[in-house]
Amino acid sequence: MAKRIEAVGVTAYYGSFKAIDSITMTIEPKSVTALIGPSGCGKSTFLRSINRMHEVLPGARVEGRLTVDDQNIYDPDVDVTAVRRVIGMVFQRPNPFPTMSIFDNVVAGLRLNGVRSKPALAEAAERALRSANLWDEVKDRLNKPGASLSGGQQQRLCIARAIAVEPQVLLMDEPCSALDPISTLAIEDLMLGLKDRFTIVIVTHNLQQAARVSDKTGFFSIDAAGEPGRLVEYDDTEKIFGNPSVPKTRDYIAGRFG
Amino acid sequence: MSVTAARTRRRARIPRCTHPQGCARTRRSAPEPALRGRRLPGWALLAIAVAALGLAAAVVYPAGIGNWVLVTVIAAILYLTGVFAAAWSVEGPRSARNRTWSALIHSAFVLAVLPLASVTWTLVAKGSRRLDHDFFFTSMRNIGARDANGGAYHAIVGTLEQTGIATLITVPLGICAAIYVVEYGRGPLAGTIRFFVGVMTGIPSIVAGLFVLSFWVLVISPKLNGGRPGYSGFAAALALTVLMLPTVVRSTEEMLRLVPASLREGAYALGVPKWKTVLRIVLPTALPGIVTGVMLALARAAGETAPVLLVAGGGASINVNPFQDNQNSLALLTFQQAGDASRYAPARAWSAALTLVALVLILTIAAKLVAGRSPLAR
Amino acid sequence: MGKPIPIRPAGASVPGEPPHPPRLAPASALGGGGPRRRTLSADAVFRGVTLAAGAMVLVVIVAIAIFLGYQAVPALGRNSANFFTYQDWFPDSAPPAFGIAATGFGTVYTAVIALALAVPVSLGIALYLSHYAPRQVATALGFLIDLLAAVPSVVFGLWGRDCLYTPVRELSAWLNHYVGWFPPFHGDGPYGRSFLLGGVLLAIMILPIITSLSREVFRQSPKANEEAALALGATKWEMIRTAVLPYARPGIIAAVMLGLGRALGETIALAMTLGNTNILGFDLVTNGGTTIAANIANKFGEAGDTGRGALIASGLFLFGITLVVNVIARAVIFRRRELTETAV
Repeated sequence: MAKRIEAVGVTAYYGSFKAIDSITMTIEPKSVTALIGPSGCGKSTFLRSINRMHEVLPGARVEGRLTVDDQNIYDPDVDVTAVRRVIGMVFQRPNPFPTMSIFDNVVAGLRLNGVRSKPALAEAAERALRSANLWDEVKDRLNKPGASLSGGQQQRLCIARAIAVEPQVLLMDEPCSALDPISTLAIEDLMLGLKDRFTIVIVTHNLQQAARVSDKTGFFSIDAAGEPGRLVEYDDTEKIFGNPSVPKTRDYIAGRFG
Repeated sequence: MSVTAARTRRRARIPRCTHPQGCARTRRSAPEPALRGRRLPGWALLAIAVAALGLAAAVVYPAGIGNWVLVTVIAAILYLTGVFAAAWSVEGPRSARNRTWSALIHSAFVLAVLPLASVTWTLVAKGSRRLDHDFFFTSMRNIGARDANGGAYHAIVGTLEQTGIATLITVPLGICAAIYVVEYGRGPLAGTIRFFVGVMTGIPSIVAGLFVLSFWVLVISPKLNGGRPGYSGFAAALALTVLMLPTVVRSTEEMLRLVPASLREGAYALGVPKWKTVLRIVLPTALPGIVTGVMLALARAAGETAPVLLVAGGGASINVNPFQDNQNSLALLTFQQAGDASRYAPARAWSAALTLVALVLILTIAAKLVAGRSPLAR
Repeated sequence: MGKPIPIRPAGASVPGEPPHPPRLAPASALGGGGPRRRTLSADAVFRGVTLAAGAMVLVVIVAIAIFLGYQAVPALGRNSANFFTYQDWFPDSAPPAFGIAATGFGTVYTAVIALALAVPVSLGIALYLSHYAPRQVATALGFLIDLLAAVPSVVFGLWGRDCLYTPVRELSAWLNHYVGWFPPFHGDGPYGRSFLLGGVLLAIMILPIITSLSREVFRQSPKANEEAALALGATKWEMIRTAVLPYARPGIIAAVMLGLGRALGETIALAMTLGNTNILGFDLVTNGGTTIAANIANKFGEAGDTGRGALIASGLFLFGITLVVNVIARAVIFRRRELTETAV
């Protein structure tokens, strides 16, 4: 059920500011693709364009084609909510719904989709929490508020919430940047486990993390401040970190800028 | 794209589930959605609106059960129902709910603009008729039911003096109270004060008026006044103080809290004592915000009628002494003229109302401008 | 006004640092000496002054109860009727007979009508401003709503009497003709200066307060949670129901309670639009009805000694009701202080 994503000339704007310019790349199903690059180079913007979350911000818009298994998600007759159901997202900071219990958080997406039966919800919640490696830690306190968990647990709760609706693609926007090293490791393990079932795209500032978890890596950069972000190089992770073909990538990997 | 095509596409896609036992259930609990859905076109909404209006008119007018208002109300209900039904059948229940709530929220906005527009229009149209020389420079003294002139000079004087005195009392008191709560207050007393400042904002103005009546006019002032209860502009100012105080404390408190702690610590590190730090460093930083709060409180106080009615008496002549004898105010004059039987009274009432609103709006807008200049504003 | 969440009071976070003398003193003088004692006392005086000012708030609230009670007791003693159950208001006849059954009922009834009309509309506008309107429209409209809140109630009273009266009279006749079987519309006129007019006018008056408070609460709902809901495939309305409304509930309750407090205490606008008769019934359309506050404003001019005391007694009762409502509202706000404080 994982999906192939093809971006052709994806350009995104904030008002009149062009944030990314003509990104073209193919993201393979059942793999982890990492997007790396210096701050402000548009990798998060591109990620948010994949499930049409970019346009949520006032004045933001996207041009170009972005197809998920040959359906352009920017066609006018496409249902945005269906796109986001199919392409789940995990954010930089854990954002469980503060007024909901752990259980209610996990099944929030299913409830939105009209699943009402208690056993079905309970089963889906357990499956999602097990997939997120959180079940054993929370199974005795499913009715406690989601905010009562630690930061790393909250982030895994958010992952469970995202995968409970059985999406085909999982977008992760720097999911570990607010977490300690142990929680980070837990989430990285989780990603490797999840890639059998989902297409995973992760934005990260942590080069080691990209090298550890991803199969392919895309390097984004900007030419100068105020210029739009571009995809400089996109290849197998081993190639990008071992022998990149663009000098700028080499400089970045070597820590010479960014 | 047509419906059948979308359905074929959906059916053709067979989920490849890697979960050995979860596959069937997965499909039931979360069916894989088609990305493309049928969407209600824009013209359909317009068509529903026209049909709703036509149907409403066709029902209401021949039956003779109402006028255009009823037509609008019925049309609005029909439109909401129509949108809900159409969206349900074309886009599904979730979208139907989304569209209907969105339409309801937008109509709430339209509903709110109507009285706003009407108040503004009437105020300007009716209020501008008597904005003449007499209105601003004469009082209501010796103005009988048949006199078309008469003015608000005495009321303007009253409003300015009463709100001025109230401000003079409120500002030091309110700022000091806020300083205590923010800079010194620890423990239950400061919390109690904070809480009751909030409660005090909710005291009805008529109760504030009754309080000053029973405390100042009937008990204290007769002792200073040779036994006569002293209705006066000052009494009105006291009542307005009761109303302004919580607003001033609250806004000052908020502003003081916005002053960064590092500023205070910097002063302490230089050996400046706390009271000087507060007076010389914290207060000046917070000043624009405090001024804003005072002006907003003042705007509200200027419009109060009930307390002035109870304790200032409200005479017809000019009285510039706030400590002796009855005084009027713009708000009270509006009320009096509104209840007057003279055919010239309504025009005076509306002009007094317009003058009052102009005063209040100038204060409010000025307050917002001052707030924008604050170094603590975002 | 969108203000950031207040920073912790610096006064509380700064430990009780030693108040140094203003001029540099030798290290040995830090332990005592003239300058130190003088600054200490200056600080103590300043603290005392501010404490006294802060205590004024409590003093005033207690003084209101005491003085209203002091003036009310003699009149209540002369009252030949039961103050709570008697319907009419004849405090200056012999023997005096007055009660708040009708005025108290009118106070609650108009407030309930006003809330029933104003709350849904206010929440709708607040959501429109915080989540639907384009930014410029939201700013401009929010400003207009704030201005509407600043319009004095006497102006609303005048507008209600001169502009709202005719439509409400026609509406009342229509309601009576077509929906007359429903008891509140049963009255057979004359129509116009009725609870319906007062309630509608009051609704328009409390609308800006409830709107601006709840808009502030809606606006503070965490963007991260809204995005989380959208990313799960929620429609806009579902996002609002999932991530905005649950979060805003205490703030909404507080806004409604504060609106209720305002409605209960409203005086002049109702004195100008209600029929000013002591009726005790749910009739919405027929002329008549009054509230405690409107009754005070209308009867004060001709009140004698007992009359004045009687009005003060009813004012004390009104003070009690609004105090309870406001304490509940504030208690709700205090529990979720960080959410709503800047808005109130």
